[in-house]
Amino acid sequence: MAQDSGTRTLISHAQLRRGRGKVLYWTLLTVVVVVFTLVFLGPLYWMVTGALKSGQEIAQTPPSLFPQDPQPQNYIDAWNNLDLAKLLFNTFYYAAGALLFQLVLDTAAAYSLSKLRPVFGNAILGLMLATLMIPAMVLIVPQYVTVIDLPILHVNLLDSPFAIWLPLVANAFNIFLLKRFFDSIPEELMSAAVMDGATPLRTLWSIILPMSRPILGVVSIFAVTAVWKDFLWPKLVMPSPETRTVSVGIYAFSGGTPMNVVIAASVIAAIPTVVIFLLFQRNIMSGLTTGSVKG
Amino acid sequence: MAITTVPGTSREPGRPAPPRLTRGGRSSLGRKVRDNLTGHAFLIGAVLCFAIFSWYPMIRGIVMSFQRTRRGETTWVGWDNYLRIVDDPSFWTAWKNTLYFTVLALVLGYLVPFFVAIVLNEFRHAKGYLRILVYLPVMLPPASALFLFKYYAYDPSEAGLFNAVLKALHLPTSEWMQSPEMTMPAMVIASTWMNMGSAVLIYLAALQNIPGELYEAAELDGAGIWRRIVNVTVPQTRLILLLLAMLQIVATMQLFIEPLILANGAGAEDSATSVAYLIYQHGFFQNDLNGAAALGVIMLVVLAGFSAVYARLTSKQD
Repeated sequence: MAQDSGTRTLISHAQLRRGRGKVLYWTLLTVVVVVFTLVFLGPLYWMVTGALKSGQEIAQTPPSLFPQDPQPQNYIDAWNNLDLAKLLFNTFYYAAGALLFQLVLDTAAAYSLSKLRPVFGNAILGLMLATLMIPAMVLIVPQYVTVIDLPILHVNLLDSPFAIWLPLVANAFNIFLLKRFFDSIPEELMSAAVMDGATPLRTLWSIILPMSRPILGVVSIFAVTAVWKDFLWPKLVMPSPETRTVSVGIYAFSGGTPMNVVIAASVIAAIPTVVIFLLFQRNIMSGLTTGSVKG
Repeated sequence: MAITTVPGTSREPGRPAPPRLTRGGRSSLGRKVRDNLTGHAFLIGAVLCFAIFSWYPMIRGIVMSFQRTRRGETTWVGWDNYLRIVDDPSFWTAWKNTLYFTVLALVLGYLVPFFVAIVLNEFRHAKGYLRILVYLPVMLPPASALFLFKYYAYDPSEAGLFNAVLKALHLPTSEWMQSPEMTMPAMVIASTWMNMGSAVLIYLAALQNIPGELYEAAELDGAGIWRRIVNVTVPQTRLILLLLAMLQIVATMQLFIEPLILANGAGAEDSATSVAYLIYQHGFFQNDLNGAAALGVIMLVVLAGFSAVYARLTSKQD
């Protein structure tokens, strides 16, 4: 994030630097840092260590702050009994495919709408953006009916990764973000390439895409985490135990599995997205705000 | 990297479109057709996906809601599905619960992030750390986070995290998800914890765009901190505040995974049944896809109503 201490906010710098203001500032800062750490990191600590406790220890009052007799066995049980390797692989496979389809098809569409501007382009963009107004739950039933019997082709996509990949391409927000980014790339840069006889595909590949790395990064991160976090749609279209995603798999097993093992599995399921976040937090945070603030 | 360095200025509608990306100046018909075909070739993949998985299901949902499919035979049944859905007593319970959740989430999940953002924006230290903390839960798979709440935080005995904290503070403990009164507040707390990070970051970005001179002027006029928030911060971030209010209403109306995991669906005395859960229930357990589609259409109409009221309210203030 930018070092924006130069701008004036609600309370002036001068006031924060003076005697009483300074004391108040540091007290408040300390309180907020402690409270936020407890509120946002505390439950995660509880989750990771709780899954290390035995069944008796987790039920004892008052609860213990550290596991007295750590049971890594809970994590091993979670890994083996829930077949987490398989579940994680499935989720990773769906996320990778979704990323590929969205990058290729949404980028191509945004490029066309921004730079090639064919007839009816604006009408198509309008129809795409209109889908942002329709809540996902409203579409869930007709989408499911469509996926089990695709129009014209009459193919059943249940348990096929395409049932996850293709609907995610219909993401108006991605197209909007990409198109707006492409709009900001000066046309002159491309006219030169066009004069040299470059095809539209070549222009996209060698001029637009290299300039669009930040936005492509943002779209990629959101594409991957969306698949990782999604629950209801994969639950519906991936009904077999072999094709489940990790969240759905944990939910399916939660009924007959000891509490601590379910939590241990939940911890393992959360590791990939947390790692992605810690690696790419700058891109994620800038992506979040570009979409909304400058609109 | 500063947020503001990301280019993203949209073209104003009044300005003439920049020259087309085509070769040569003469516009022969053949070239025009070919350029259009190229443009559509780039679009076709995404357009097909929208058509099959978004536009068509929208129409299909409305059509389905007036049909009934039994043993592979589909007939038109008029408003029957709607009548059957509305007749179900859980329909009204679900709407009552969902609206209650929406209101509670507006109070907690909407105001809290705004004030958190205002406070965070004042700090000159630990900014990055605090932002990461607030956003961290957003990155967890909701199922993982909700199992944490279900098993550890909302454990109704005194071994539960929340009850242990309440007891240590000498406050009354709660049965959480086992008490019909606490079910909704408990779900709102879990949902806010999981989701508030994005709202905080969006507000923070909006707060950084407020010109400092406005605060300066307000201060010279003798405005205290609270008055500065009311007279400068709120009006300056009004658009974002209104936009997020709408988005949040749409999101909370789709309350689903919280009741499913925390309350095993219906919850104590049906206190957790939501409209979205009812759609799922009708569609995938009672084998009544047509009824579920009708309920979906009702939800769409209610949300459209909200949007209309919202559009009216926001345009009046201008």
